[in-house]
Amino acid sequence: MDNSSEMILRVAGLQSLIDLLRAQAWVVVGPTVRDGAIVHAPIESVDQLPRGIGDLQDGGSYRLRQRGDEALFGYSVGPQGWKSLLFPSRELLWSGQRDGADVAVEPAVVDPPRLALLGVRSCDLHAIAIHDRVLTERAVPDAAYAARRDNIFVVAVTCSDPGGTCFCVSMGTGPVPDRGFDLALTELLDPAGHRFLVVPGTARGAQVLDELRALAADEAAMPADEPDRLAARDVGAQAALRMGRALDVDGIRDLLYANTEHPQWEDVASRCLACTNCTLVCPTCFCTSVDDVGDLTGSTTERWRVWDSCFNTDFSYLHGGSVRSSVSSRYRQWATHKLASWVDQFGTSGCVGCGRCITWCPAAIDITAEVAAIRSRED
Amino acid sequence: MADQSRPKLAVWKFASCDGCQLTLLNCEDELIPLAGEVEIAYFPEATRAVIEGPYDVSLVEGSVTTDADAERIHEVRRVSRRLITIGACATSGGIQALRNFSDVAEYRSVVYAHPEYIQTLARSTPIAAHVTVDFELHGCPIDSGQLLEVLAAAVQDRRPRIPSYSVCVECKRRGAVCVAVAHGTPCLGPVTQAGCGALCPAYARGCYGCFGPQDTPNTQSLADRLHVQGMTEPNILRFFRSFNAGSEPFRHESEQHEEAAL
Ligand code: SF4
Ligand code: SF4
Ligand code: SF4
Ligand code: SF4
Repeated sequence: MDNSSEMILRVAGLQSLIDLLRAQAWVVVGPTVRDGAIVHAPIESVDQLPRGIGDLQDGGSYRLRQRGDEALFGYSVGPQGWKSLLFPSRELLWSGQRDGADVAVEPAVVDPPRLALLGVRSCDLHAIAIHDRVLTERAVPDAAYAARRDNIFVVAVTCSDPGGTCFCVSMGTGPVPDRGFDLALTELLDPAGHRFLVVPGTARGAQVLDELRALAADEAAMPADEPDRLAARDVGAQAALRMGRALDVDGIRDLLYANTEHPQWEDVASRCLACTNCTLVCPTCFCTSVDDVGDLTGSTTERWRVWDSCFNTDFSYLHGGSVRSSVSSRYRQWATHKLASWVDQFGTSGCVGCGRCITWCPAAIDITAEVAAIRSRED
Repeated sequence: MADQSRPKLAVWKFASCDGCQLTLLNCEDELIPLAGEVEIAYFPEATRAVIEGPYDVSLVEGSVTTDADAERIHEVRRVSRRLITIGACATSGGIQALRNFSDVAEYRSVVYAHPEYIQTLARSTPIAAHVTVDFELHGCPIDSGQLLEVLAAAVQDRRPRIPSYSVCVECKRRGAVCVAVAHGTPCLGPVTQAGCGALCPAYARGCYGCFGPQDTPNTQSLADRLHVQGMTEPNILRFFRSFNAGSEPFRHESEQHEEAAL
């Protein structure tokens, strides 16, 4: 895209963008505060965004804080990725009805909503790209995921204030959105005023900007000039210097493969609760199981697909028992899958450095620290 | 419709509050289909009609707290083809198992005007401590959906689909914000078995452990974490000592904090 399609929006212009997307029959889903965290919910107004709210994140700890400014995107990623929208935690696959000896099977109807995702961070764009590969680019594509995926419009945002557990720089996935968006925003809060540089990433995104230009008031949406671009570049560059965590990925695949019997796995197992939180908040984990829900009379049944996790005992249940009965083997499976075997399986790391598994682990277990411990005491 | 092929169901009560049996009565819409699938042969809470044993399925609520109960449970086992215990009392001794950590004779003398009328055992014990149990359904009270699943499985002669993973799984599936991480509220969810749908965390409360321990509960790690977050030793002890105080992992963990709590 050439520079001429870039725009500056004031807060009123951001509202015009939300209005325009809604007028085009998109349900705009954006960040908002609920129960002491920033979560995603349908929004209609910029007033629902977390104005002036930031976060403090560390292993096993998350708190909102007042920033003392007007930033609308001055927080880093919250507990939910966009996974729950594109790959829901519970999904009907089919239902069946028995009539005498006959069984009629009814596949579930997939009727995906048109979602405009507002405020998607770079790590999460990479996570969505990973899910695309895992769920749609293999022998049997996940049709329901693909249908939902085809019905989203993505408005990304550059991270300005990374969280205490972020390490996207180590993983090469952020903090500046580089792909996978229709529009990308960078929020600017400098003496030139509260405004957003908007860059289109697709022809569809550019068209929305054209329409916005025609629609919004002159003082709310205007052409971007060079100082705006420089300021926006600086936001990303500063953010990259303030990662809360780092992971040395040099030779990490071979490191983990060579250390399957490292004593650190037992050490982490003494702390790990086998609670599954890390996997369920991880935006790339995709494991599920199925629940067959029958009625008492045995005449109807429903097959539901539900999120599962390699931390559950029954996840590795084969005939006669669970293969991974020890928690150390489950933690090793998680870390090794994310950082090593994922590369063999899908060609990239399975970790985008969002830090959610660290923040939302009730036992404050930190994958970057565990890997560092293995590296420092290699057998 | 008393055809011979319908399995006979009996519901038995030991020391309990009746809440779990009420869960069965509260199944409302499912009660009529249930009555079509099983013959409700013995259920004093619901009907006075009694059909003689033996029974195909017995649901047992409550714990064993008296000599008479300790004898009666063998009788129940004898007349039951499949014995399923329901609720925290039957599966772990219930809230009344708090007596297991104190001196019952002393309570008796302090609380009752005529302690000599009270006949009770020193400990409240789960049914499985006395007889072989075919399936244990946890919860205080049990979940009606899970109860119907267990009954359907018994009727259809298959394994019940009752997960033994943690409450956190249900908490994350429903999109609740973790109260432990985001609010610093003590939560037993990581060591507790799912079944309630993460009811309390969804209302910004910590899990109380109603469904007993999950299949691989690391209570020590959770206790360490609570300690770091400022919970006192007496409170950690009490945290593990509620409806499922008598379950092995929770009992063991609470006892680790006895000395420091004195
Ligand atoms: S492993 Fe952890 S840091 Fe990496 S993508 Fe998953 S949740 Fe984020
Ligand atoms: S880490 Fe575990 S839950 Fe996540 S994708 Fe791998 S096996 Fe599945
Ligand atoms: S690493 Fe943390 S979040 Fe993951 S299962 Fe263990 S205790 Fe739970
Ligand atoms: S609120 Fe409790 S049950 Fe829910 S994820 Fe957190 S620790 Fe687990």
